[in-house]
Amino acid sequence: MRRIISVLVENAPGALSRVVGLFSQRGYNIESLTVAPTEDETLSRLTLTTLGDDHKIEQITKHLNKLIDVVKLVDLTEGSHIERELMLIKVKASGAQRAEVKRCVDIFRGQIVDVTSTLYTIQITGASDKLDAFLQAVGDASIIEVVRTGVCGISRGEKVLSL
Amino acid sequence: MLSGGDMLIRALKDEGVEYVFGYPGGAALHIYDAIFRQSDVKHILVRHEQAATHAADGYARSTGKVGTVLVTSGPGATNAITGIATAYMDSIPMVVISGQVQSHLIGEDAFQETDMVGISRPIVKHSFMIKHASEIPEIVKKAYYIAATGRPGPVVIDVPKDLTHPAYTFPYEYPDKVKLRSYTPATRGHSGQIKKAVQLLLGAKRPMIYSGGGVVQGNASHLLKELVDLLNYPVTNTLMGLGAYPGTGKNFLGMLGMHGTYEANTAMHHSDVILAVGARFDDRVTNTVSKFCPNAKIIHIDIDPASISKTVTADVPIVGAVDSVLGEMLALIKEGDEKPDVTALAAWWEQINEWRDRHGLYTKNRFDTSSDKIKPQEVIQAIWEVTNGDAYVTSDVGQHQMFAAQYYLFDKPRRWINSGGLGTMGFGLPAAMGVQMAHRDATVVCVTGEGSIQMCIQELSCCTQYHLPVKIICLNNQALGMVRQWQDMQYSSRYAESLYEDSLPDFIKLAEAYGHVGIRVTKKEELKAKLAECFALKDRVVFMDIMVDQSEHVYPMHVAPNGSMRDMLLSKTERT
Repeated sequence: MRRIISVLVENAPGALSRVVGLFSQRGYNIESLTVAPTEDETLSRLTLTTLGDDHKIEQITKHLNKLIDVVKLVDLTEGSHIERELMLIKVKASGAQRAEVKRCVDIFRGQIVDVTSTLYTIQITGASDKLDAFLQAVGDASIIEVVRTGVCGISRGEKVLSL
Repeated sequence: MLSGGDMLIRALKDEGVEYVFGYPGGAALHIYDAIFRQSDVKHILVRHEQAATHAADGYARSTGKVGTVLVTSGPGATNAITGIATAYMDSIPMVVISGQVQSHLIGEDAFQETDMVGISRPIVKHSFMIKHASEIPEIVKKAYYIAATGRPGPVVIDVPKDLTHPAYTFPYEYPDKVKLRSYTPATRGHSGQIKKAVQLLLGAKRPMIYSGGGVVQGNASHLLKELVDLLNYPVTNTLMGLGAYPGTGKNFLGMLGMHGTYEANTAMHHSDVILAVGARFDDRVTNTVSKFCPNAKIIHIDIDPASISKTVTADVPIVGAVDSVLGEMLALIKEGDEKPDVTALAAWWEQINEWRDRHGLYTKNRFDTSSDKIKPQEVIQAIWEVTNGDAYVTSDVGQHQMFAAQYYLFDKPRRWINSGGLGTMGFGLPAAMGVQMAHRDATVVCVTGEGSIQMCIQELSCCTQYHLPVKIICLNNQALGMVRQWQDMQYSSRYAESLYEDSLPDFIKLAEAYGHVGIRVTKKEELKAKLAECFALKDRVVFMDIMVDQSEHVYPMHVAPNGSMRDMLLSKTERT
C-alpha cells in the first residue's frame, strides 16, 4: 500500500542523508521525496511516499523515529489528508495540436506558463494520480520533458504535525 | 580559555573517561599534543585502529561504561570501521573521535581525507561533525549521552584539524546535562502491558524465559535471576546474553539457537508462553521464522521499539528499560494472589529433564572423550576448571567461539565478551586488552583459533607495552574450522580456501619474539598440566597453541533451511 510519511527533522547537515540512507540500508522503497525548511528555521519538513504492508510501514516509522535528527513524524495516510504534487511539463504544440493541448490543460485546471512557436510549458498541481492522468491524456508522443516535485501533504482538520 | 584540542581532552576527563584507545596521525596531532600535556586521561597505543575499537569495546562490555577511541583521518578512520560496526551490531556504548582534514580542505580530496561521517553512517547510533571549536564540550557531552542511554551504540565525532589548533582558544565549560528534543529513550514500560504480561506469564503451562544481551547491557541480571527463581521457570540465554542467568544455575537450559542446546531449543519449540527479555529474535536464534515456536504467546520486553515485532510478532510488546520492567513485574507477582501453576510446571520440568537426559549438553559429554586427539570442547572445560569459572573470556569468531559459549558456564554477566552480531574475526585479542585495562588483576582469557588470531595478532606488541597479561588459548585445528564444517556438510568436503597448507607461523616463537611466553600442547594427557602452568604465570602474556582435532564439528546445529527450533543435528550421524 502507498503511504505518505511526513517527518520533521533537525535542519542540520547530514539529516537528510540519514533518512535516505536508512531506506537504502534496510531495503525500503522511496517513491518520492520532498524537503524544505519550515517556518521554524531549526526544522525541515520532509515528505516521502513509500510502498509497503503494515508490518513494513511500522518498521519504517520505528526506524525513522530512532534517528536522532528526526523530531516527529506522522503517517498521513492513516487519516484523511490533503496531498499535492506540482508538475512542469513541456509538450509539443503546433498547428491543430495547440488548441487541443490548451483544452486539455483547462480540463485539468492547469496553466500554460511559457510558450514558444512549437511548445507549451504547462504547470499542473494535484494529487499524483491526477498528474498521471494528465500525462496519459496528452500522450507520450507529445511530451518533451517532465519534472515533478514529489508529494507533499498535510492532515485535514485540526490534526497538526508540530512540536 | 582552552584550544579545541585541549577542550576535547578536558571534556573527556570531565566525562570520566579513564582510557582512550587510539593511534595518532596528521589530522589528530593537535589532539595528541593535548593528551601529552595532561595526565588524567590515559592513552593506549594500539597497533592498528581496528584493535582500538575492539579494545574500547571490550572495556565497555566488561564495565558497562562507554569505550573511547581516537583515530586520525583517512585510513585511521576507515580502519576503525570494522570495530564500529561490531559495536553497533551488539549495541555497545562507544565514542569514536576521528581527526579530519582542515575545514577548508574538506571535499577537495585532500591527503588522508575520507568522509568519515558518511562512511560510518549506517553503523553508528549517531554522528557529529564539529563545525566550530566552541561546540566541542557540548557535542562531547551529547555523544556520551547518546552512546550510553536507550539502546546503546557507537557515536562518531569527526574533528577537523584546524578546530583543534592551539593558537585559537575559547572559554570552556562542560555542561552538566544535555537535552535533545528529538531523543527521549524509553525508560518505564507501559503499566497496562506489564500487567497483561504478568497474567500471561503466570497462566503459562509450559513457560520459557529467553533472555538476551539487553539484560547484560541493561544491568538487570539480578532481576532476571530473581524472577526465574521466584517462578521456578526454565531460562535460556542467547549468545549475547550468557551470564545474565548463572550458567551453573539449576533452571538454566543453556544457550539457544543455531548451536544452542537440545534442551533449550526443544523447550522453546514446545513452550506456550515465551518471555523474551532484551533479546531480538535474531535469525541465528529463530531458525525458520514461520516455524518458530508455533504454540507460544510471546511477551517481548525491549528498550528499542524497532526490535519488537521485527521478525517475530509479539503478543504483548513492552517498550522499556529491562531493569525497570522486570522490577515492576516482580513487584506485581509478589503482591498478587496469582501463583504459577505448580502442577503444570512440575510436568513441564519433568519433560525438560527427560530432554536433558536424552541429548543434553551438560548431562554427559556429547563429544568423543575416548579419542587420542585433543577435543576443543575439553579444552574449554579444562579452562573453566582451572579458572574456577570466574575468568573474563573473550573470543574470536568460529568454532572456538561456539565451543566457548557452550562449555564455559558463565555465572556472572559481563564475563563473556564476543562479537555476536557482526561476527568479527580479530575481535578477541584486542577486546581482551580492553578488559584487562579495566580489570588489572582479573584473569582474562582470549579463546581463539589460528585463523582469527592472525587478524589482529600485531596487538601482542600492545600487550607488551602496557603489561596486559592476557592468556591466549588458540584452538589450533590448522583450518578455518567453521568454514570447513560447512564445507563438510554442504559442499561434500571440498575445502575451498579453508586450509593453510603448512603456512602457519610457529606461534611459540612469535609470542616469544614479542616478549611473551608460548606453550604448545600436542598431547591430550598434558593439557591440564600445561593449562595450569599457563594460568600460574599471572604477570605474563601466555600464548597457548593447542593442537585440536581438525575433524570436530560444532553440535547441536539447527537444520537449515526450513527447519524449526527443534530440528537439529546432534552429531555427524544423529538428528532430531
